Amino acid sequence: MSRTLSAPVTVAFDYTRSVGPVLGRFLTGLRDGRLVGARLADGRVACPPPEFDPVSHQAPTEFVDLAGTGTVTSWTWVSEPVAGQPFDRPFAFALITLDGADTPLLHAVDVSSADEISTGMRVRPRWGAERAGVITDLVFEPDSGTAAPASAPTGTDDVTGIITPISLDYTYAASPEESAFYRGLAEGRILGQRCPKCQKVYVPPRPACPTDGVPTSEEVELSDTGTVTTFCIVNVPFLGQRIAPPYVSAYILLDGADIALQHLILDIPVEEIRMGLRVKAVWKPREEWGTTIENISHFAPTGEPDADYDTYKHHL
Amino acid sequence: MRDVAVVGFAQRQLQDYDGSPTCAELLVPIFGECYEQTGWTKKDIGFWCSGSSDYLAGRSFSFVSAIDAIGVLPPVNESHVEMDAAWALYEAWLKIQTGEVDTALVFGFGKASAGVLRRTLALQLDPYTLTPLWPDTVSIAALQARLGIDAGEWDEAAMADVVNRSLTDAEKNEYAVRAGGSSVEDLLARPMFADPLRKHDAAPVTDGAAAIVLAAGDRAREVRERPAWITGLAHYTDALHLGTRDLTRSESAARAAAAAGGTDGVQVAELHAPFSHQELILRRELGLADDVRVNPSGGALAGNPMFTGGAIRIGEAARRIWDGTADKVLGHATSGPALQQNLVCVMEGQN
Repeated sequence: MSRTLSAPVTVAFDYTRSVGPVLGRFLTGLRDGRLVGARLADGRVACPPPEFDPVSHQAPTEFVDLAGTGTVTSWTWVSEPVAGQPFDRPFAFALITLDGADTPLLHAVDVSSADEISTGMRVRPRWGAERAGVITDLVFEPDSGTAAPASAPTGTDDVTGIITPISLDYTYAASPEESAFYRGLAEGRILGQRCPKCQKVYVPPRPACPTDGVPTSEEVELSDTGTVTTFCIVNVPFLGQRIAPPYVSAYILLDGADIALQHLILDIPVEEIRMGLRVKAVWKPREEWGTTIENISHFAPTGEPDADYDTYKHHL
Repeated sequence: MRDVAVVGFAQRQLQDYDGSPTCAELLVPIFGECYEQTGWTKKDIGFWCSGSSDYLAGRSFSFVSAIDAIGVLPPVNESHVEMDAAWALYEAWLKIQTGEVDTALVFGFGKASAGVLRRTLALQLDPYTLTPLWPDTVSIAALQARLGIDAGEWDEAAMADVVNRSLTDAEKNEYAVRAGGSSVEDLLARPMFADPLRKHDAAPVTDGAAAIVLAAGDRAREVRERPAWITGLAHYTDALHLGTRDLTRSESAARAAAAAGGTDGVQVAELHAPFSHQELILRRELGLADDVRVNPSGGALAGNPMFTGGAIRIGEAARRIWDGTADKVLGHATSGPALQQNLVCVMEGQN
């Protein structure tokens, strides 16, 4: 058995960015099948154009339409591409100084082996058929034979914003203490751990007690009954929501624990939820259990009288 | 200016750490070592500052879980930077300069192996014209390496020589995750990964954590016979757009070295060069004399935990002052693509 539990996690988000007048001009050019640079205060032409010259801090003085062809000034061979790159097979990334520009652009060059690219090689853009006004509207290819002209642009308005989807894959590991907790759940047990210094019982147990900075160590099996210490009635729908609002998310102080656990309270009208309510875990059928807190479907009222405030006032 | 010294240092470097990316499990014993080295307890630390990133952890607010390792009830005076802990050290040094505190514990942590590090780092690039292409860090370093080769600034043999020396020195570093020198010929015979870089030209993906203790004046003297007094500390950054930088140079590194008072008399330099050719750039930009001993620890090519790879350089350099093997040392940290941001910390046995 491995020391810790782990699971794949994907964190994904679409960044929506406004682009402003300088990048907007560059990206509108891409949408139209043109490469646009800008003249900096020192006379150099940069493509892509920076909003401000990093040396003089001046805005560019004018935009310059470039032919699009250029020369490779450095290159590397991407032998093992990663997700999202312009090609999912080996390809070249290159610094390309476009004709009429003085500073290089980083982009992909479509060649089939490292032998087919070299410093000084001439390249030209190959435009995508559907262009959104983003840097991925084109790749570069060796400048030989007849170039296919860019197809007609799909829009006429200036590009004012871009959407960049970002997705990152991780293998997320639980700490050894959290792993013990999840393994316990797979057996229908709720395991906490006691801090050796302050004697508080944490559930889930922690790699370090936030009061004392030492790992919780002594294992404590807890009851699956407890007391609601505080709660929130969720009325707002959100992406990924699994239960139709309104519903109750609550802190539940399990009997024997010092730190409350967050879970759902169901089987009670939301207007009857209250601090001090006694609740018990409702477990899913055993055959559905895994190393997850979702083994507990939710908590439901036990029907006992409410807990006295004094029994949980130090755990709020 | 107050006299401030590095008086404590502890680290962990791991190839495949199987624990939580919050790394509290690693930080608890590291803080324990710092307490042991200084004879202090948590109450003696006036300020805490950490360096880490949620992009590495794959979860939000990962640094909040990490500060559990401190024990933060009652609350502590605490801050965080989304950079290598060397920049957290800079913030802590400034905090001590204000006179508000006399001591600080700086730490960093990162589980680089949780995701695909070279891909995740594409998010530090210009989000309009670069990130959508996902240029990975190794490819960008390779473009930089070839520019220098084509310009005659260095060649593949010089890069292999850096690797060979680093991995030979790493044999004596118990924390190294990659070690074992061979020969320049042997290294050059290995296959390309990102032409002109071979795998050994790039720092290994490393998980880990580290902490450094700073103290002012008498608080430093009470801990060490020879505190590593910080006599120069500065950091600068180069422009965002790779195309507007001369990638064979590192202007920000040169400016940081000048602002830190120059490097005359430096005997040992720990340089944070995650790629072999970057050490060659840094030696020149920092103006290091030929007889300066570079990276006796093996440097980043032997282990480069994200968010502490730079701070560890400062700690390794400080150790040479503590043990009396050097009188003046330099620790360097870098961040960003292709040596974009650079920090220089000069330390001396006498202040």
